[in-house]
Amino acid sequence: MSAPVVDVRDMRVWYAGPSGPVQAVDGVTFALRQGEVLGLVGESGSGKSTLGRGLMGLVPRGAAIDGSIEFDGRDLLSLPKKERGRVRGAGMGLIFQEPMTRLDPLMKVSKHFTEVLKVHEPKLSKDEARIRALDALRSLGIPPTRYDNYPHEFSGGMRQRIMIALALVLRPKFIVADEPTTALDVLVEAQILRILADIRERYAPAILLITHNLGIVAEACDRVAVMYAGRIVEQGPVRDIFATPRHPYTRALLNSTISLSTRELHSIPGAPPDLVRPPTACRFHPRCEHVMRVCADVFPPTVRVDRQEAECWLLATDRIDAAGRAPLSRQEVPVADEA
Amino acid sequence: MATATKSSSGSLRTYLITRLLLVIPMVWILVTLVFFVLRVVGDPIQSAFGGRLSPADIAVRRHAAGLDKPLLSQYWHYLVGVTHGDFGTSLTDNTRISHILIVNGAATLELTFWAVLVAIAVGVPLGRVAARYRDRLPDVGLRLFAVLAYAVPVFFLGLLLKLLFATNLTWFYASGRASPNVEIAINNVAPNTHIYIINAIQYGNVSDIWDVLRHTVLPAITLGMLVAGVFLRLVRVNLLQTMRADYVEAARARGVPERRVIRKHAFRNALIPVVTVMGLQVATLLGGAVLTETTFEWQGLGYKIAYYLSRQDYVAVQGIVAAVAVIVALTSFLIDVAAAVIDPRVRY
Repeated sequence: MSAPVVDVRDMRVWYAGPSGPVQAVDGVTFALRQGEVLGLVGESGSGKSTLGRGLMGLVPRGAAIDGSIEFDGRDLLSLPKKERGRVRGAGMGLIFQEPMTRLDPLMKVSKHFTEVLKVHEPKLSKDEARIRALDALRSLGIPPTRYDNYPHEFSGGMRQRIMIALALVLRPKFIVADEPTTALDVLVEAQILRILADIRERYAPAILLITHNLGIVAEACDRVAVMYAGRIVEQGPVRDIFATPRHPYTRALLNSTISLSTRELHSIPGAPPDLVRPPTACRFHPRCEHVMRVCADVFPPTVRVDRQEAECWLLATDRIDAAGRAPLSRQEVPVADEA
Repeated sequence: MATATKSSSGSLRTYLITRLLLVIPMVWILVTLVFFVLRVVGDPIQSAFGGRLSPADIAVRRHAAGLDKPLLSQYWHYLVGVTHGDFGTSLTDNTRISHILIVNGAATLELTFWAVLVAIAVGVPLGRVAARYRDRLPDVGLRLFAVLAYAVPVFFLGLLLKLLFATNLTWFYASGRASPNVEIAINNVAPNTHIYIINAIQYGNVSDIWDVLRHTVLPAITLGMLVAGVFLRLVRVNLLQTMRADYVEAARARGVPERRVIRKHAFRNALIPVVTVMGLQVATLLGGAVLTETTFEWQGLGYKIAYYLSRQDYVAVQGIVAAVAVIVALTSFLIDVAAAVIDPRVRY
């Protein structure tokens, strides 16, 4: 197999909050190969978007980022600022959740394209830039007649396609799609997903698809990473994880999806933890139904089962003694955020 | 592409025509308001000459001015005059108001032009600095400066500047629009624009231009400061807002360099509300012009209003105030045009 395009090791993003540092992403490791689509799922506030922004180098002012992000053989975090900026856009593109407000209202669509092309490929002539932009737009179903229109003259779905075209026009090797369909209606959602599949076939970039919709993961991704409270608790091929989830959180997440055969609604008791003061050891233990003494005391190991990796003591019971294995009753679990 | 471009420029044209037509009722309401409000004060002839002329003389004058006719017929007469650019004749010194509007209006136009220039030159860059150093020392200092600039009375600032730069340092002049000999010379050019800087350039004598500029500096700064603070704070707050806008983050994500992101995306969008408020500030500027012009003996409309008010010449006051109202209405139209040209979303 080829070397990964993106190789992230022990990445952390902490930023300043009103009551102390927020540990939004806390030790995340994953890799993405060319043409591969990794779905990143998790509840709101689990750090998915911060992870995506961190990869792009777009963390808010005052945030600290640590670990290593290797992209195309280079460690991004040790690059000088200027070169880091050059990778952004040209090497890796970002597609946003909310397309309505992502285009500059005072700029024609054409100007958005000529701007990025001028910044990243200054040698391109005006005509060449125009042809490149029109090609990118056409491949996303935006007719060339609309090239000189302003953003407000387009619908939400069209704006999202323009945003995708803007990311694609530089032919990046890696695309972060941050909930690209959440703000759109289902028909447009299906259309955007088709476009993503089409992009994969044509350009084969590595794609990190951030979503909270497990249906999209099943449809569009090769692998899936489940995020909880700043950590990836389980990752592996989509089929395997959907068939045999190893981590209690993944199981609960899959249980809470709704389909026609759903008889009752399942939810996970409790709320996502406060990332300023996360629970000790396993982040999920206050909400876990299989919680043991050890879960609150020692950080769980990452255990590999077939092609899946999960971070849970249940998969390593042979490594704990009888006292650690004793179940922890709910009353003993400090659940500060349930108040 | 041709059709798309055409449709958007077409809607711009409709918008501008509608907006222009709206100026007509606006001007009519303003002129009417001024007419009736000043009539409430009483009979103009009586207030201008009461006690100085005999009742018989006053009656003769009143008849000559048509003031013995019913109010509505006077109003009609006045309205017809205004549509022909005839604002009547002043009672006290028998000058045609339209003449005052041209000669002194040009002076006020010149002063407000420089004042707006000062306000922009001071407010916009300082607003950018304040936004950049948000909540740090430069920002706190600039915010304080902005409040002071707005709050200091025009005549007080004017006197301070006069004392420092005209009396003590003698860099600039304390009063008038030009030295007397220069004024005579540059008023001889044809066509006479009554705007001294243009006249001086036409006349082509560098020392005259310099003389006019040295008279202009202090009143321009005095009047400009009145709105510079407003501009500063506006630019600051809007820039802070647009720097966090979604499209700004999106531009960064495409690898557009930070300087360009701020200049092309954040700053341009931040200017839209600034332009709109600029239109409203023209009224403030014209109000401030009355004080500035009297402080610096700048013979503009504000100076004339103060002059005729002190002589209780209400016909002259009425004409000038009506003209100022029309100017405000027209500038607000022009500002709307500018806003529509900058912002493609402004089409109704």
